[in-house]
Amino acid sequence: MKVDKVEALLDVQNLKVHFPIKKGLLSKTVGYVYAVDGISLTLQKGETLGLVGESGCGKTTAGLAILRLISATSGTVTYDGKEITRMAGSELRPLRRDLQMIFQDPYSSLNPRMTVNQILSDPMDIHGLYPGGARRERIAFLLEKVGLSSEHGRRYPHEFSGGQRQRIGIARALALNPQVIVGDEPVSALDVSIRAQILNLLIDLQREFDLSYIIVAHDLAVVEYICNRIAVMYLGKIVENAPYRNLYTNPKHPYTQALLAAVPIPDPKKARKRLILEGDVPSPIQPPSGCHFHPRCPYRMEVCDQKEPALKDLGGGHEVSCFLY
Amino acid sequence: MSSSPYLLEVQALKTYFYTFYGVARAVDDVSFQLAPGEVLGLVGESGCGKSVTAQSVLRLIPEPPGRIVHGRILFDGHDILAIPMDEMRSIRGKRISMIFQEPMSSLNPVYTVGDQIGEMFSLHQGSSKRESLGRAVEMLRKVQIPAPERRVHEYPHQLSGGMRQRAMIAMALACNPEILIADEPTTALDVTVQAQILNLMMQLRRDYETAIIMITHDLGVIAETTTRVVVMYAGKVAEEAATPVIFEDPKHPYTRGLLRSIPKLGERSQGQETRLSEIPGMVPGLLDLPSGCTFHPRCPEVMGICREQMPDLFEVEQGHLVRCWLYGR
Repeated sequence: MKVDKVEALLDVQNLKVHFPIKKGLLSKTVGYVYAVDGISLTLQKGETLGLVGESGCGKTTAGLAILRLISATSGTVTYDGKEITRMAGSELRPLRRDLQMIFQDPYSSLNPRMTVNQILSDPMDIHGLYPGGARRERIAFLLEKVGLSSEHGRRYPHEFSGGQRQRIGIARALALNPQVIVGDEPVSALDVSIRAQILNLLIDLQREFDLSYIIVAHDLAVVEYICNRIAVMYLGKIVENAPYRNLYTNPKHPYTQALLAAVPIPDPKKARKRLILEGDVPSPIQPPSGCHFHPRCPYRMEVCDQKEPALKDLGGGHEVSCFLY
Repeated sequence: MSSSPYLLEVQALKTYFYTFYGVARAVDDVSFQLAPGEVLGLVGESGCGKSVTAQSVLRLIPEPPGRIVHGRILFDGHDILAIPMDEMRSIRGKRISMIFQEPMSSLNPVYTVGDQIGEMFSLHQGSSKRESLGRAVEMLRKVQIPAPERRVHEYPHQLSGGMRQRAMIAMALACNPEILIADEPTTALDVTVQAQILNLMMQLRRDYETAIIMITHDLGVIAETTTRVVVMYAGKVAEEAATPVIFEDPKHPYTRGLLRSIPKLGERSQGQETRLSEIPGMVPGLLDLPSGCTFHPRCPEVMGICREQMPDLFEVEQGHLVRCWLYGR
């Protein structure tokens, strides 16, 4: 990619994750789910990158593959100059410290049989960090940073509300002093009045610890609030990638335009022209030919079902993959 | 028969759940009215009682542990809490119907879509099997499901999420009900499909003049679809007003806080680098409600009286009710 001016902290090139579909007695592979189908991204130090799209677009799979929580079919992920996609487990372990994750569901991502102290200790045990008395201090520090108190450490996850549990999940992600945190729908399971608390917390922690985030989400207003740059995914591919201001004020791809137009605005005065897409997102098992979006696209041209458009830079870091440009 | 201008009047409804740990006052003295053709929004966070209110209207509260302990629900002038259950069954689905959040779990997986929609006609209108199927195809066409003749023979798992929700709407509207209760109808759907479904509901409302109770936590959906809004908090009505008033001149500190705490699309991109304001604390549990006004521990304008006494609903102007000590005594 062309963004090599500054060495990116994380550089994803042509990443693909294809899940085989197996059938029959001999488990023959009869097809593939093209969950992530060749995406390229960079994440700069201190930046927040948003990955947005509808269910089945591959955004979560992309997040997991970038952290190597699932293995990529092909492509590379380079973190801090080191290619991690094919690294052996022992080589990878020290890097795991730097790459952490926050999960969507604060109910199922915390072990109900462990106290908060144990939950936060676990990653430090695995990596042999903060032994002895430093451990307690570290846990108290983490709890305070996410807005809880050290007495919460003795309690179990079920004793907390959803927002508090998400704070525990964030404390766990911070435990090892990471560089990059991938947040998979970090606020979508929370009550509306709690979301702002968690979003502001993420912003504050980023400033304080110089973190870089990849935020995977479907809520475009949430992503706009915390991201510097946003990549829109559709059926395993990035259709548009732009700085947040460009994306929201001047969306180029017809899918991005439709997505933005579909979001209900909490302001009854703003009557808007509605661009309503027809149909559903097609199956990633047999994606449409050419541009994957062509069957739903209002500006479909002849070329669209024959050739796949490449990501094209329109200047100012605004990339779009559409034959209109 | 009725002299009331309202189709539905909920009066001082109390629905409690008697659990091992104590009494959960899920709906505690809720009143509102629904006029013919109106779209009323019930908005609030989890546990505020919005869904239980809707289930009470249809008398779908599981008993025990739940019980409607007080109040009247006047539908077309009759108190439907007082009629026998089999009479209720002839209202439910026919004159008042409901669509649910999760279409997969509210459709029966072992019957075809056609069987389930057709049942509405055979049950409520005594149609024959063939006639019911034909009318089911008609309904599927009305909710814009492509190839309805084929889809009518399919099972719920063969449909996508958006199509299942369309099938639910088809079923709910089959008997041309006077009231449609939609409980988070688009929460499980993607935004482009949500736009399709909301559009469809509004179109059907214009065509059939069905009154709608829209239950959601999404203030965007409220703004775009409703005419009046009831904001609920911990089982009670916190504020009620016409939709534009709620958004332009909210009075209750909870409503204000809620509106200020949601990120609005386009705001930051258009240069308003504002930090979202937060409502501190968390939604209280129904078994452990704070004293006085249940919002007081989170309220930025809390006063002495708020800790001691629950305020009444004060009318600040015609049709604008607020349950807050700032507006009365």
